[in-house]
Amino acid sequence: MAKTRRIKVNESGPISVVTFNDSKIIDEAEIQELGQELYDLVERDGRKKIVLNFANVEFLSSAALGKLIGFDKRVKQHSAELVLSNIRPEIYEVFAITKLTKLFDIKDDEADALAVL
Amino acid sequence: MAEHDWSWTVRTSFPSRLGAHDDCMREVMANLEQLGWTGRDLFAVQMALAESLTNAIRHGNRNDESKLVQVECRASPERFWMRVEDEGVGFRPEKVPDCTTDENLQRCGGRGLTLIKAYMTTVQYNDRGNCVTMERIRTAEPAP
Repeated sequence: MAKTRRIKVNESGPISVVTFNDSKIIDEAEIQELGQELYDLVERDGRKKIVLNFANVEFLSSAALGKLIGFDKRVKQHSAELVLSNIRPEIYEVFAITKLTKLFDIKDDEADALAVL
Repeated sequence: MAEHDWSWTVRTSFPSRLGAHDDCMREVMANLEQLGWTGRDLFAVQMALAESLTNAIRHGNRNDESKLVQVECRASPERFWMRVEDEGVGFRPEKVPDCTTDENLQRCGGRGLTLIKAYMTTVQYNDRGNCVTMERIRTAEPAP
């Protein structure tokens, strides 16, 4: 897999567990990079089961939410599966305010996310 | 704006280029932390700042670097107040589609105003729609 700057990918069997290198996902240029790195996971690398672990994320802007939605679309287009995990309460609130809790499968921790994939 | 004993104020402007607002954001957040703002209150202001400043750059001034975004902030241990003005033609906030409906849920944009409204105590737009004023009254007890 190509080197990534915004994410780290670890394999847990057939499941790719993605963590974020940036604790604050707010810089527009970095968000563009993040989006491309996520899209590459399904479009270029053919990954079918993905966990996005948000443990390191302290802040994210609506532009970052937009990239996550774009990623989710690509996941669905490629018949892959995506689960989000380890979202701290203040970040979960952002998902709740924007009703994105209806769009994404969100689990409390990585173990729960791995168990459903 | 009601009379209030503000501890810190700033008035600044920057060109309409994404990233040009970073220094302003850093200064505001650093001053709020010095005034004892923490947790959800601090998060709320950061969200409102990020969304309103990028809206002004991207939507208000259409990323035209020749146009400025004017920002005025005031802060105390209890309150944060901000005014953001762009040089654009303005917009009607009530015309912005609701990002939380099922039909709009998968749109990649359009969430900034919802987030600003959720996190700030008051949000007001001028008639033209190129200037937003907002305030957050801190919910946590200020440190003695």
